[in-house]
Amino acid sequence: MNATASVILHSPHLRDPAWVSRVFWTGVALVLLAPALVLTEFKPWTLFEPAALKSTKRFLADFFPPKIETEFLLLVARECWRTVAIATAGMALALLIAIPLTLLSTSALSISALPGRMHRIPLMVRQAMRWLLIMLRSVPELVWALVFVRVVGLGPTAGVLAIALTYGGMLGKVYGEILESDESHATNTLLRNGAGRLQAFFYGLLPQSAAELTSYTVYRWECAIRSSAVLGFVGAGGLGQQMDNSMKMFQGGEVATMLIVFMLLVGLADSASSRLRRALA
Amino acid sequence: MSTPMVKRAANEAYRLPPKLFSARCAMCWFLLGLAALTVASFWTLDLQWAKFLSADAARKMGKFLAELLTPSVNPAFLWKLLVASLETIAMSALGTLLAVIAGLALALPASRTHAEDKAYWRMPTRLVLNGLRSIPELVWAALLIISAGLGPFAGTLALGLHTTGVLGRLFAEAIENAPPGPAYALRVQGVPAGRVFLYSTLAQILPQLLSYTLYRWENNIRAAAVLGVVGGGGLGQMLAFHMGLFHMSETSSILIAMILLVALVDILSYVSRRVLQR
Repeated sequence: MNATASVILHSPHLRDPAWVSRVFWTGVALVLLAPALVLTEFKPWTLFEPAALKSTKRFLADFFPPKIETEFLLLVARECWRTVAIATAGMALALLIAIPLTLLSTSALSISALPGRMHRIPLMVRQAMRWLLIMLRSVPELVWALVFVRVVGLGPTAGVLAIALTYGGMLGKVYGEILESDESHATNTLLRNGAGRLQAFFYGLLPQSAAELTSYTVYRWECAIRSSAVLGFVGAGGLGQQMDNSMKMFQGGEVATMLIVFMLLVGLADSASSRLRRALA
Repeated sequence: MSTPMVKRAANEAYRLPPKLFSARCAMCWFLLGLAALTVASFWTLDLQWAKFLSADAARKMGKFLAELLTPSVNPAFLWKLLVASLETIAMSALGTLLAVIAGLALALPASRTHAEDKAYWRMPTRLVLNGLRSIPELVWAALLIISAGLGPFAGTLALGLHTTGVLGRLFAEAIENAPPGPAYALRVQGVPAGRVFLYSTLAQILPQLLSYTLYRWENNIRAAAVLGVVGGGGLGQMLAFHMGLFHMSETSSILIAMILLVALVDILSYVSRRVLQR
């Protein structure tokens, strides 16, 4: 009796019925991890080589104190506003793309689908619009920005266009999903009784889902502020571009100031957006 | 005494539609503010629509698109592209793994597990997590290049740092929201805090942690694809290199690979969600 108990206690596969599969999957994970470590050139010790340590130390030492000259702070404030402005203008254009495409692509406003299945031609048009939205969305905004910097030159225009295209795709796709997942009774009744699609949208579909649509738009606006700061790194204006310049010139103090300002900006946008969304809920 | 006749208006005041703007309507002020913000944004940015809509820009764009339609299919280049794609996936996987470890380690001090828990470290740790989270991966990568050098290692660390902030906060919230019963039962028996976490809380929240991790991994693959633009390795670094040298057919192949990678991740996540929901 005592001997059996001790055998069970000391042999893990008897204590834990899933022991074999746990060991197996851990092994698989380790085997997959090995090439990943090679591919990513994962060599943490290089961080502590004297040369790397020296340049890190010099850069970090420059961080303190952050640069707070009035002239520089004014420049940072201007770039901050430009970051917000790029995000806002980009969102405005994104809405111009997203709203018509949503109306064209959502199956909630289909008249031919009322009795049963949608006709072939409207189905094809809706699918085509949906694919267009997915295409717009699946190119990262940074890549759009790279392309537009090539065409219109350095500056905020490229950032606004990049945000407009990517976010137009995202908003359009999610708007469509929100509209289709909502209660369709009122809309269908309107459509059955001869209302036009736009009438059914404005009097049936929109009032039902307005809060959800607005809340998602506000959330995306917050994301757009983050990404407009990042787009600056490829030359699309705003805080990112200044940060990139300062980093290239190893101006640690300037970078520190801008990082702090950027964190404050993101925090501010975050709290504004969550307050707005709470008010809508 | 007869009651005075009250003449009723055909349209009483309360039957009239509400005024379009009233100073007490918060929504009106909000919309007005929004409109002002939008107008001010377009006003102050020196947007070069003329340049963008000019014949010159249209020609450039057309030429660019035409060149994009001839992707390079040179086998040696495609092999390099495959390696870069694998590098991108490896970066995202390793970055996420590092973030899971660091995030869980930081989530423990950042959470209050029971009412008597003093949790002195809760606020400071949350501050650190917020700091890590609010700096985007790309900015981390640009900063880390100084100490880790150009290449995928800097990108992996950048993904890891940003994701640590995100996952740490989500994990801490999962720990705090776990049903307190089992942990309480162990604690009143005198089991030390570490074992209480391992045998009750962790067991309860493991599925949630896993789903957060997978969600962030999906995001990180997308982020890793573009991280290289500032020198963080993977597909992005190839893109920045070939685009800078005007190698248009190579650029086109890289863009296609990037879009395929993102689409593949989208499809996989959609399918797995469908399967798991069933």
